[in-house]
Amino acid sequence: MTEPVISVRDLRVEFVTRKGILKAIDGVSFDIMPGEVLGVVGESGAGKSVTGSAIIGLIEPPGRIAGGEIRLHGQRIDNLDPEAMRRIRGRKIAMIFQDPLTSLNPLYRVGEQLVETILTHTDLSPPAARARAIDLLNEVGIPAPERRIDGYPHEFSGGMRQRVVIALALCAEPDFIVADEPTTALDVSVQAQIIALIRKLCRERGTAVMLVTHDMGVIAETADRVAVMYAGRVAEIGPVRDVVKHPLHPYAKGLMGAIPTLEAEAERLVQIPGSMPRLSNIPQGCAFNPRCDRVFERCRVERPDPDTPRFGLEGEAPLMPGHRVACHLYTRNPVENAS
Amino acid sequence: MLAFVIRRIMQSAAVMLAVALIAFLMFRFVGDPVNQMVGVDTPQEEVARLRESLGLNDPTIVQFGRFIGNALHFDFGVSYQFRQPVTRLLAERAPATLELAFTAAAFALVVGLIMGVYCALRRDSWLAQLFQAISLIGVSLPTFLIGILLIYLFAVVLGWLPSNGRGQVVKIGDWWTTGFLTTSGLRALVLPAITLGLFQMTLIMRLVRAEMLEVMRTDYIKFAKARGLRTRSIHFGHALKNTLIPVITIAGLQLGSIIAFAIITETVFNWPGMGLLFLKAVQNVDIPIMAAYLMLIGLLFVLINLLVDLTYGLVDPRLRIAMRS
Repeated sequence: MTEPVISVRDLRVEFVTRKGILKAIDGVSFDIMPGEVLGVVGESGAGKSVTGSAIIGLIEPPGRIAGGEIRLHGQRIDNLDPEAMRRIRGRKIAMIFQDPLTSLNPLYRVGEQLVETILTHTDLSPPAARARAIDLLNEVGIPAPERRIDGYPHEFSGGMRQRVVIALALCAEPDFIVADEPTTALDVSVQAQIIALIRKLCRERGTAVMLVTHDMGVIAETADRVAVMYAGRVAEIGPVRDVVKHPLHPYAKGLMGAIPTLEAEAERLVQIPGSMPRLSNIPQGCAFNPRCDRVFERCRVERPDPDTPRFGLEGEAPLMPGHRVACHLYTRNPVENAS
Repeated sequence: MLAFVIRRIMQSAAVMLAVALIAFLMFRFVGDPVNQMVGVDTPQEEVARLRESLGLNDPTIVQFGRFIGNALHFDFGVSYQFRQPVTRLLAERAPATLELAFTAAAFALVVGLIMGVYCALRRDSWLAQLFQAISLIGVSLPTFLIGILLIYLFAVVLGWLPSNGRGQVVKIGDWWTTGFLTTSGLRALVLPAITLGLFQMTLIMRLVRAEMLEVMRTDYIKFAKARGLRTRSIHFGHALKNTLIPVITIAGLQLGSIIAFAIITETVFNWPGMGLLFLKAVQNVDIPIMAAYLMLIGLLFVLINLLVDLTYGLVDPRLRIAMRS
């Protein structure tokens, strides 16, 4: 049994505002194994990006980690002092941001940014760092890297810039990468290339990836497992085929139903009625209960925890191991469900 | 790049031509210069001869051409009140004004930058709050009042620094005099430089603070943090350089204003510079001095603008491309 690279337990992140404390993340737990890609999906504001920022230690005030644990190779990193966390950042954990057009400092050559990052985290000499930077650019698929390394970011196209961003993330061969919507700002053909690149790097280097996106297509293609987040909580987590093909949580079902496909003859896409609650106003019990079509009394009182379902719903596919869902429907007696 | 420089120089020349036209028109419309030069009892023939010898009977366009031609040789005629060439009068006083202006600008830039960066990076510290409060005073108090308050405090009450004049000056070369080389010259410079530079300093401080806070929120700073770069490198390598682009423009343009508005400071401190000369010229309707001063300030603004534009290219690689095309 290999040890997870990243292990998050009961993570809670709060934002202190004038109106009170907002719970952006409320009791999130998951593990990511070496070489594994965990997709994280959910609506805007579900807490996907905040989870990523918490892991890499970049929650800015007024936000703060209010509870729980984050472990990297079994060692706690959520309570490290800023300098110790800085050393982990970039070296052990890297992050890729959404918009490659704004992620690079416009005033420095691509090579300068790469070399600075490499020199910060390794003992290489500046010429060796430059050679490594060229290797990295080559690895992420930038043609003529020995020439392009002296270019400025504005001389690269969007897709090429995202490759540079990935190269920057790989500078110190991190064990874990948080990819925060890495393809959202790119056009579709470039998206596929970037996804293939991330997959390849994962396989070859054994890097674990947390892929935050709201593009289910990207998830289906890239992720090994997927976590569906809602209002700062994990609603459902499991192997990607299971969750996409046989979602259990009513919210996940709605989410998957909202994906347009060419095969389906549906006149209209399925819509989940209502919208996600404000973080200041999360309902008691299950956060999804006001929008759920299968809500019952317990949902309004008791908060469900992500758990392996004890009972399947009638007419649904058999349950897979490692598939967990935070829904009371799967913990009560089938007889009750039928009624 | 060369084409860009040439184009900018041509534009500058056009601006100077417009300034020259305004300066020239002053001669035509701010009273008759001949009346300023002659007494009440001068005979009419004498007046007519003077008029002819000054070329005032020529067509306007010819006179304008002559004005431009003379201006190119730094010849702005003879001052009515001093009966001396205007160029020499200005050249005698230029070192005093320029030394004061550059000292004030350096003070404003260095102190403003340091305070601005500090306020951005330690936004919530009490010192940053204090700087912010002081900067409000600097922005809102008029220059002459600041000068008078400083004189009262440091010259009258404490007696640390002189209240007026340039102190002892040293002659360098043919016409330049400097106060930088003597203790009394340096001491005399302190209060006027602070007075003149205070407004610009607070302006630069507030600008740097706002720009830097803006830059610290950008994605590339977040990404730099996520890569685990050292805090010092993020603040002073990545953030500060991006902050400086708009600051260069404002600081450059402010340098022009500092020179132009030295008039008030020079009056308060009785500083023997061009501003004081200009003020006397206005009182006595000494048009050649006014015209020459206008041209000089115009030239300074145009030159500074040109320099600022060229500096951009050094800092921002994106503009180098734009300049090339």
